[in-house]
Amino acid sequence: MRYSALGVFWHGLTGNKGWKPVWRNPDPKPHYDVVIIGGGGHGLSTAYYLAERYGIRNVAVLEKGYLGSGSIGRNTTIVRANYMLEGNSQFYSHSLKLWENLEAELNYNVMHSQRGQVMLGHSDGQMDMLARRGNMMRMQGDDAVLWGREDVRKHLPYIDHENARFPVYGGLMHWRGGTARHDAVAWGYARGADMRGVDLIQNCEVTGIRVEGGVVRGVDTTRGHIGAGKVALTAAGRSSQVAAMAGLRLPIESHVLQAFVTEGLKPVIPHVVSFGMGHFYISQSDKGGLVFGGDLDMYNSYAQRGNLPMVEHVAEAGMALMPMIGKAKMLRSWGGVMDMSMDGSPIIDKTDIAGLFLNCGWCYGGFKAVPGSGDAFAHLIASGNHHPAADKFLLSRFRTGHVIDETGNGATPNLH
Amino acid sequence: MRITCPICGDRDLREFHYRGAAKLMHRPAPDAGDEAFYDYVHIRENPPGLNRELWFHELGCRAWLVAERDVTSHEFKSVELAAEAKRGAK
Ligand SMILES: Cc1cc2nc3c(=O)[nH]c(=O)nc-3n(C[C@H](O)[C@H](O)[C@H](O)COP(=O)(O)OP(=O)(O)OC[C@H]3O[C@@H](n4cnc5c(N)ncnc54)[C@H](O)[C@@H]3O)c2cc1C
Ligand SMILES: [Zn+2]
Repeated sequence: MRYSALGVFWHGLTGNKGWKPVWRNPDPKPHYDVVIIGGGGHGLSTAYYLAERYGIRNVAVLEKGYLGSGSIGRNTTIVRANYMLEGNSQFYSHSLKLWENLEAELNYNVMHSQRGQVMLGHSDGQMDMLARRGNMMRMQGDDAVLWGREDVRKHLPYIDHENARFPVYGGLMHWRGGTARHDAVAWGYARGADMRGVDLIQNCEVTGIRVEGGVVRGVDTTRGHIGAGKVALTAAGRSSQVAAMAGLRLPIESHVLQAFVTEGLKPVIPHVVSFGMGHFYISQSDKGGLVFGGDLDMYNSYAQRGNLPMVEHVAEAGMALMPMIGKAKMLRSWGGVMDMSMDGSPIIDKTDIAGLFLNCGWCYGGFKAVPGSGDAFAHLIASGNHHPAADKFLLSRFRTGHVIDETGNGATPNLH
Repeated sequence: MRITCPICGDRDLREFHYRGAAKLMHRPAPDAGDEAFYDYVHIRENPPGLNRELWFHELGCRAWLVAERDVTSHEFKSVELAAEAKRGAK
């Protein structure tokens, strides 16, 4: 079914009784050309681009829970292209361009809103750093504007500009940055893949990967054995666990990241704002809730829930930047498991096992990467060659020392 | 989460700094070769169950600790002084 304004109007007049489920719920077939492990953003977008751009339609996405139950439905939805290093910079730039046409491409409203994302600076040193980042973003061909104090006052009148410890010196505005409705991104890709013949198989946990003579043959699942010509791994926070089924050991630790949402309020925060002196970033959803988050809890975790010290830290940072949100009631908080790589950058690569492909290490930036990653991974699976926008995301870089360490923290995954 | 430091007793999570896998205590010999250092610096077992890990009691006795913790339930199974753990491993 193609969505249109007229269709929405017509369904409205007929009591909204005519809507049908958006994807099938098929039983697994005995064999597929490509089996994708993990029905999050990356698995679903990979399936979509395999079918749409490369004509590979005998594909299954195996998901242990329901589609979108992982981090794709748990993130703070920020979409941006403000990376600095060769490798990351061209990739996120490519991904943002795909975002800009995503709704037309998928015929699905993912509520992508380029409302602008601003990083604030609170010292001369931080302003120099923002200027440098802005220049690198512009050299990549993306947008960035350096704001002085007065610009910040004009656009963000509601923050505490004169905080005694962290006065605002300026900021870096990335106008093409913004947010999108996270679930809708999963659903839009799922629908697009299903319409092109991809089987989306839920409640199907992969428990083993079969390799014979160095070649991948298929997977064992809670719904039986499924043969496969190629197997693609997109299990995000559980990448280490799934890769171990094929004997691979990864440069990854799993960590928990929390997020928070308040009750719905009238429009008050028009952009995405990140504090420069504490871990706090915020935007307002179209429903009115203030959606905000901070840093990792810092210790390894597969729990999808965090502890109170980080809640306290995020609340304190929020109050330091914008005391006005202090009276808003917090509705919910939750956590998601992040595949933190040792240099903070992702991996999109082949493996030593023929037919087994790896996509992981998204850290807490994997939502904005969903279109670019799916496109690049599908390209790699279909052609065997790296997509030009993602040809630095090699697993071997950790062995050769060509790490892409955006924050310069070294092999400490929780600090990236 | 609370951690029972062998020296200070049951303390709040905020007093501790997390460093990562306990294997970091066992640095390869200088001549162990590239592969050994690649493994030491970059590869992590990252198990979904029991994890052996290093914690620093930064706002307490400032001892390094080795803990065994279930990373799915966050429950600590054991905590010992890193110095003793290292002696025991030898
Ligand atoms: C609180 C929070 C805030 C975030 N904020 C942002 C942000 O603002 N901007 C941004 O760009 N990114 C953000 N991220 C990061 C982003 O959400 C993730 O990097 C991204 O969603 C990970 O990729 P995915 O969508 O494919 O993962 P997931 O949705 O986690 O998909 C992986 C899937 O694999 C399945 N799976 C695992 N093991 C198996 C198995 N054995 N068999 C079958 N299926 C399996 C899981 O059930 C899961 O559904 C945030 C994350 C969190 C938790
Ligand atoms: Zn102590």
